[in-house]
Amino acid sequence: MSKELIRLMGCSMAFDDELVLDNINLYINDSEFLTLLGPSGCGKTTTLRIIGGFTTPTAGEVLFDGVRMNDIPPHLRQVNTVFQRYALFPHLNVFENVAFGLRIPKTVEETNAAGKPVKRKVKLPESEIRERVLEMLSVVSLKGFENRRITELSGGQQQRVAIARALVNRPKVLLLDEPLGALDLRLRKDMQSELKRIQQQMGITFIYVTHDQEEALAMSDTIVVMDQGKIQQIGRPEDIYNEPKNAFVADFIGESNILDGVMHEDYVVEFFNRKFKCLDKGFAPMEPVDVVIRPEDVDIVPVDKGQLKGTVTAVTFKGVHYDTIVDFKGYKWLIQTTDFHDVGETIGIVLNPDDIHIMHKSAYSGMFGDYSSYSEEYDEIGDVTLLDEEDEEEAGHAE
Amino acid sequence: MKTRTSPLSRLFMALVFLFLYAPIFVLIVFSFNDSKSRTVWQGFTFRWYLELFQDRDIINALSTTLLVSLIATLAATAVGLFAAVGFYNMKKRWRTPLMTVNSIPMTNADIVTGVSLCLLFVAFFAAWQPVADYLNGAQSFITLPVKLHMGFGTLLIAHITFDIPYVILSIMPKLRQMDKNLVDAAQDLGCTWMQAFWKVVLPEIKPGVVSGALIAFTMSVDDFVISYFTAGSSASTLAMVVYGMTKKRISPKINAISTLLFITVLILLVIVNIREARQERALKAWQA
Repeated sequence: MSKELIRLMGCSMAFDDELVLDNINLYINDSEFLTLLGPSGCGKTTTLRIIGGFTTPTAGEVLFDGVRMNDIPPHLRQVNTVFQRYALFPHLNVFENVAFGLRIPKTVEETNAAGKPVKRKVKLPESEIRERVLEMLSVVSLKGFENRRITELSGGQQQRVAIARALVNRPKVLLLDEPLGALDLRLRKDMQSELKRIQQQMGITFIYVTHDQEEALAMSDTIVVMDQGKIQQIGRPEDIYNEPKNAFVADFIGESNILDGVMHEDYVVEFFNRKFKCLDKGFAPMEPVDVVIRPEDVDIVPVDKGQLKGTVTAVTFKGVHYDTIVDFKGYKWLIQTTDFHDVGETIGIVLNPDDIHIMHKSAYSGMFGDYSSYSEEYDEIGDVTLLDEEDEEEAGHAE
Repeated sequence: MKTRTSPLSRLFMALVFLFLYAPIFVLIVFSFNDSKSRTVWQGFTFRWYLELFQDRDIINALSTTLLVSLIATLAATAVGLFAAVGFYNMKKRWRTPLMTVNSIPMTNADIVTGVSLCLLFVAFFAAWQPVADYLNGAQSFITLPVKLHMGFGTLLIAHITFDIPYVILSIMPKLRQMDKNLVDAAQDLGCTWMQAFWKVVLPEIKPGVVSGALIAFTMSVDDFVISYFTAGSSASTLAMVVYGMTKKRISPKINAISTLLFITVLILLVIVNIREARQERALKAWQA
């Protein structure tokens, strides 16, 4: 069993009168890759800043190894951060940037000859600094870049320097605030696997903030989905994807058709006036529920063999598959299929019990999962502008 | 796109520069004229410059000017630096009005600043008298001066006062250009706030600090009106001595001293401008 490292207990945060974080409860294990995922302004960066010590929560407790850390300043926490847009020191070269943390004298407490505890400032010897910096530069594949100026590096290289600068201090936890946000798609994919490799190689905890659900699914051991300052769901990537807790999670992680349904009894749900077998239980009899059907789970069959029939209203070619919008009695679904069905064609579909996921009704019911106003824009859901994120930071800064 | 300038507008341009610089040019030329005449050229000489350096009043005034300017620059730079950092960390709704308050003294007429400082000093000296009397009566360790006069001290205070806004104004943009995560990053890596300031913030805004100091120094050397009202009778700056000379006998030494002042200020301004141009280029390269 992995050991618990950090715990947030009932953490809330308000800037002026606006509640940015609302009663966050979260624990983070040793050597875990945990991702805080959510749209801009959901409080994920604020949560990270609370763990890093840059902001103090207005309510609740931050515990490291069971010790209350609320009022401990950042420089005394065994946590290092990779900032959004890196925050490298432009007046120092690559080597000095990475060596920055090692050159700060550390205060150590020890007992002197008389048996009294004394505080002493300790500087690392230059040879050790050199060794550790060079070792870390090779971990992030930047050997030979020591004397480069920061201004001479590409975005991806700056990113690596920022990671090396944080990791060289051997923190217990590395915080990463949208570290790949400023990189182009190709580089982002490379860095994703690079980060995962580094995390496994170093064996330390990563807490990663992103609004990119694909990134979160690909890298994380645990995902914490946040919205409006609240945690919506915590779980492994598979659980979050296959068993979303509410309409927000179902919509934010991947694509979902979300329908109104009624749970008749365990394993039987009714929607579109038809009963379907499912794998969910534990609901009250006749409880109204949200039904999630993932676009890739729907099987298209000839009309006469289908449980439901509908008419294709739009088709978009996506490379691997077609995004097909199908009208079922005025309610439009997104279906992802490798077979081409033209606009106007009537098709039948079959839903197997494990294609259907049932959720309790929530505040988000009815807000997501209808593709009636389908357009290309849903692809951009995750691509919030950096500007929005800056506002969130500004709020944190002004505090 | 090339714009063609008509001969007329060129002529206009030439006239503008002529009126701007001809007086200064004449002044410089006649500072080397081997005659007391300020209208007839009678040969080249360094005589007036040599005489200048034998004139006690002028040498005293020069040393006062340099000393005041130097100390005022150092003090104003230190105060302005911390004030700017303070402003920067404020909420916007406080920062904006404070920056406006900061820039009023720069646009305010010198004579208003001068007279108001003068009145303030006089009022303070009047209020000080009974306080000093009381303190001197109450204890016998130190004897405080009862009657205070305007002099080097008040001159220095006045210079520091009018230098500060220029320093703040030249540091502020550098702070705002700085990535605000830099301080967080330094603290994250083990710095206290103070260490972060010295190791990261100061190197980042150094160009602004140096420019601010140079501008403050130029302003101090250059100032006449405010010094005139705050120096009292015991201290006088170079500008004040020059003013005094025009009232008495008119000597070509004025030309010489004015030439030196002009060149000093010119050199400082050129340095400031070159630095700014360089920074701009560096910034552009960094953004590209």
